[in-house]
Amino acid sequence: MNEPGLKDIWVYLSASPLLGLTITLVAYGLAYRLYLRTNSSPLANPVVTSVAMLIVLLLATGTSYSDYFEGGQFVHFLLGPATVALAVPLYQQFSRLRQLWLPVTISLFCGVVIAAGSSIGLARLLGGSQEIQMSLAPKSATAPVAMGISEKIGGLPSLTAVLVVITGITGAVLGTKLFEWIRVRDDTARGIAMGVAAHGIGTARAFQVSSQMGAFSGLAMALSAFATALLVPWLVDLIESLFPA
Amino acid sequence: MQFLNGITLLLVYQLVGEITVRLLGLPIPGPVLGMVMLFITLMIRGKAPASVDQASTALLSHLSLLFVPAGVGMMAHFDRIADEWVPIALALLLSTVITMVATALIMQITTRWFTKPLAQKGPADE
Repeated sequence: MNEPGLKDIWVYLSASPLLGLTITLVAYGLAYRLYLRTNSSPLANPVVTSVAMLIVLLLATGTSYSDYFEGGQFVHFLLGPATVALAVPLYQQFSRLRQLWLPVTISLFCGVVIAAGSSIGLARLLGGSQEIQMSLAPKSATAPVAMGISEKIGGLPSLTAVLVVITGITGAVLGTKLFEWIRVRDDTARGIAMGVAAHGIGTARAFQVSSQMGAFSGLAMALSAFATALLVPWLVDLIESLFPA
Repeated sequence: MQFLNGITLLLVYQLVGEITVRLLGLPIPGPVLGMVMLFITLMIRGKAPASVDQASTALLSHLSLLFVPAGVGMMAHFDRIADEWVPIALALLLSTVITMVATALIMQITTRWFTKPLAQKGPADE
C-alpha cells in the first residue's frame, strides 16, 4: 500500500467538520488575543479580525464556504440556545427593568421601527433591489431571529446573517464615540441603544465599558429580538402598501 | 454536570419553542419563544437555577464567537455585495448610526420624563 501523502490527508480533512470547527476556534482565539493586546480597542473587534483571517485562509486554500460550514455550523448552531439563554440576564435585571419599563418600552418600540424602517427606506432611496431591502430590514436583531424574519419577508437569510454581523461590528466600533458626541452618558441609555442597534456584538462591546451597560444591552437585545419578530413583518406590509415599489 | 444540565434545559426550551411556533404558525422564531418561556419559568420559580445560570453565562460571554461562521458567509455573497455595495454599505451604516443615536436620545429623554414620578411612589416590593 502507498503511504498516505499530504494530499490525501488534505482531502480527508477538507471533507470533515473537524477542520472548519478547529480553525474557527483558533482564529477567534488569536483575534481575541489581538483585541486584548490593543487594550480592547473597538477597531480590533475580534469578529472582524477572525472573519478576515478565515476568509483569507479559505480563499488561499480554495476551500468553499459550504465545506467550511460543515464545521462552522457547530458554532453557528449555538446562537439558538444563546438566544434562549438571554432569558437569564433579562430575569436578573427585571427589578431595574420594572422601574424603567415605560422608557424602555418606548425606546425599544421606536428603536426597532427606526432600525427596520430606515434600512428599508435608505436602501430603496439608494437604488437597492427588493431582495436587498428585505435582507437589510431585520439587520439589528440577533442572527437566528433576523434570519427567520428575512426568510418570511422575502430576503436572503444567509445574506441577512452577513449583514447582521456587519451591523453589529459597525455598532460596536462606533457606539462609544457616538454616545460621547450626542452626550448620552447614562450607561442604561447607552446599553439600551447598543442592544437595539447592534445586538450581541454590540453587547459584547458594552460589557467592556461597564457591567451595567452590558446588562442593559443584553436586555435590549433580548427584548428587541422579540419586538423585531413581531413588528418587522407588519412594518414591511405597511411600507409596501403606503409606498409601493 | 451542572453545565450539562443547564445546556440541556436551554435546548429543551428551544425545542419546545420551535415545535410550538410550527404547530401554531406563530410569526416569531422558535428560539425567541423559547426565551420567553424560560423567562416566564424563571419568574414563576423566583430564581435562576445554578445550572441554567452557568450555561447561559458561558454561552453569552462568548457571544461574539458565535457570529463568526455567519460572518465568514460574506465570501459566499461577494458577488451580490459587489453588485449593490453602495446601497448596502450606506443603508447599513447610516441606519445603524441613526438607530443608535435615536434610541439613546429617546431612552435618555423618556427616563427623565417617567422615572421621577414613579420613584416617588417607591419601588413595589414583592
